[in-house]
Amino acid sequence: MSTVLVRTDVCALDALVPERGAAALVDGRQVALFRLADDTVLAVQNHDPFCGANVLSRGIVGSVGDAPTVTSPMHKQVWDLRTGACLDTGGKVPVLDEPVDLATWAVEVRDGRVLVAHA
Amino acid sequence: MLATGSWAWTPRTDGVDLPGVFRYRTLDDLEALRAWVADRSAALGRPLRGAVVGGGVLGLEAAAALQSLGASATVVEFADHLMNVQLDAGGGEALRVLVNDLGMDVRTSLACTGLGAADDGAVATMRLSDDGELPVDVVVFSTGVRPRDRIARESGLAIGERGGVVVGATCRTSDPAVWAIGECASFDGECTGLVAPGNAMADVVVDRLLGGPRLYTPAPEGTKLKGVGVDAASFGDVFGLTPGALEVTFTDPVARTYRKLVVSDDARTLLGGVFVGDAALYPQLRPMLGRPLGADPSAFLAPEGGAPELGGDLPDDVVVCSCTNVTAGAVREAVTEHGCTTVGEVKACTKAGTVCGSCVPVVTKLVHAQLEASGIEVSRAMCEHFAMPRAELYALVAASELRTFSEIVAAHGTGRGCAVCKPVVAGILSSLRAGHVLSRDHAPLQDTNDHVMANLQKDGTYSVIPRVPGGEITPEKLMAIGAVAAEFGLYTRITGAQRIGMFGARIDQLPLIWQRLIDAGFESGQAYGKSLRAVKSCVGSAWCRFGVRDSVGMGILLENRYRRAADAAQVQGRRLRLRPGVRRGARQGRRRHRHRERLERVRRRQRRREPPPRGPARGGPRRRDARRGHRPVPRVLRAARRPPAAHRPVRRRLPRRHRRAPHDPRRRRAGHRRRPRGRDRRPRRRLPRRVGRGARRP
Repeated sequence: MSTVLVRTDVCALDALVPERGAAALVDGRQVALFRLADDTVLAVQNHDPFCGANVLSRGIVGSVGDAPTVTSPMHKQVWDLRTGACLDTGGKVPVLDEPVDLATWAVEVRDGRVLVAHA
Repeated sequence: MLATGSWAWTPRTDGVDLPGVFRYRTLDDLEALRAWVADRSAALGRPLRGAVVGGGVLGLEAAAALQSLGASATVVEFADHLMNVQLDAGGGEALRVLVNDLGMDVRTSLACTGLGAADDGAVATMRLSDDGELPVDVVVFSTGVRPRDRIARESGLAIGERGGVVVGATCRTSDPAVWAIGECASFDGECTGLVAPGNAMADVVVDRLLGGPRLYTPAPEGTKLKGVGVDAASFGDVFGLTPGALEVTFTDPVARTYRKLVVSDDARTLLGGVFVGDAALYPQLRPMLGRPLGADPSAFLAPEGGAPELGGDLPDDVVVCSCTNVTAGAVREAVTEHGCTTVGEVKACTKAGTVCGSCVPVVTKLVHAQLEASGIEVSRAMCEHFAMPRAELYALVAASELRTFSEIVAAHGTGRGCAVCKPVVAGILSSLRAGHVLSRDHAPLQDTNDHVMANLQKDGTYSVIPRVPGGEITPEKLMAIGAVAAEFGLYTRITGAQRIGMFGARIDQLPLIWQRLIDAGFESGQAYGKSLRAVKSCVGSAWCRFGVRDSVGMGILLENRYRRAADAAQVQGRRLRLRPGVRRGARQGRRRHRHRERLERVRRRQRRREPPPRGPARGGPRRRDARRGHRPVPRVLRAARRPPAAHRPVRRRLPRRHRRAPHDPRRRRAGHRRRPRGRDRRPRRRLPRRVGRGARRP
């Protein structure tokens, strides 16, 4: 049961605006990348499970308590960017029985490049 | 106990039993009516011609119901105006105009003298008292109700002159062992027709049966037209019958409103009111019946008056909800004694506002005032990150030199913001400070719409809606929009707000689309900005038969002047019709003065290290203005005093000829109005000149 993690070089860190998302296609999946104010980069799926559109990279970055969050630009659901856990469903349920929590990717910033790890 | 209610009376004329003739009283009546309209119009193969006999509240509701079923509706009223029990002649005439606008025909001072049948036996004609005849396929009688008092008559109980079982204040009939309540009971020679007196009588009977002392006192009635799509309401002494009563009337045939207050001979005590076309004052003023008005009556009626605020300080014994007979005191008690903290809880607890709902605004004011008075915090925090409301944050930022979200949240908040406070801060900053809305500091604060200058749709694509100031557009620009939509395969639609929308653009297409639109002379910002979006205007004196001044010119002027005035909320202009003699300028001067005053107060307070006052910073001056008789200042105008930086990329790319229109109307008149050259060139508008007599002159 060994899974080999591959790191894909997505872009330069400078290409990301702090607290503004960007979408990247990594291994065939849309990934939403967020550079936080402290220059850590977090990655969750770009697909919004509640509306079924690939829009999460266009959401507003913020915080709930200590957790860095993103808010869906569609209907304002809120997720923890570190774990992908949905913090506020806004009383809605996903359109296609998808899980409300988001998939996450490990991101490494090395030599000013953003590397996304995937299987 | 008799609670037999009433029955719908119909005149004894020929043909009232024909198929196709209905009452408007019970749910069964409505079901039968609906079935008839469907079957009959299928049989005849055309929409039905409907007539309603009786132009009262229910008659108008019936006519609206006929229209909603697809039939036409003619209202035949015996009196000389509609709703003649509730409205005076002026109100009735105003209502007729509004009802005509809905496509209903109104025939007053006429009676239905008989109904004729078609070959198949169904109703086909209505004969009228002026010997005219009306072709009809369906007839609804709404000619009032009569108390159902037969059992009382046959038992020998006293019966009122106009019917109904005579009861006293205890609700006992002439036989002390028999009680009567509701519409079958005649109190003081009158039978009621509303739900509230029935409830009150029931309360009296229950109390009396339990040995209580309660007496029935008829509450003054008020009526509001519902379900027709037209506002009409009245209460109290509608006809000014009280000796010495004064009537203050305001009629606006342009806005189609009629408002009247009846006051005592010293103009202090409110005795009644009539509102047609705009009944917003009805729920506010009705609880004040029989009480001092506290202000000049005309201040409530005039459009520029800015009616004095009512609600929070009503006396405890004033009935705010007349359907359920709940007083202001009971509402306050729900907060203080029963621990309700929201309007919803108060409604559930007291039942106030649960029947007709017209008193909910007053109840809301009472609840909020009481919560604050009780020291229960009505949370005014914007979100988790900022503990103050928007207006307060605006004042704080205005009085400081803070330039970025990080600085502002460090000084006045916590955390890293959210989707509520970040766009607010973006709006505040763009109102107060120069700086590009998409700069590295500001871009992360923008909602996606503001970021890409289009509106996100449900599938993740965007709609693009170019600004068309005042709705004035050249054929060339229309073609440019069409060409862009065709090239990018966009769905096009005239939106609900009459803007031209192109839907289905992918985010990566937006720069290309906007480049094309900018080249054609368009700019963005009409559909998503938390700012002035569009000013709707009458076509004005250039074209309109009734235009008195240059409304389109004024609309364009206003839109171009305030389009980038970012604020915490969107602003949409009301339909603009200029009255002769409307002047601008003086109020704008006062507005600037007040704005400076407010900033000065905040700065003074900060110098003295005083906490901000409890209320929002704008509350003070606003209320004072209202008392002076001025309308509160729209927020967008306040923010507009310096040009903010919103949407600059679009602006910067505009060719010189498409930049801001001149503000000075005199320059427009002198022929300096921006006029596209080159490809967009168009001939001068000739028509106004041909019409002559200075039709363009405001």
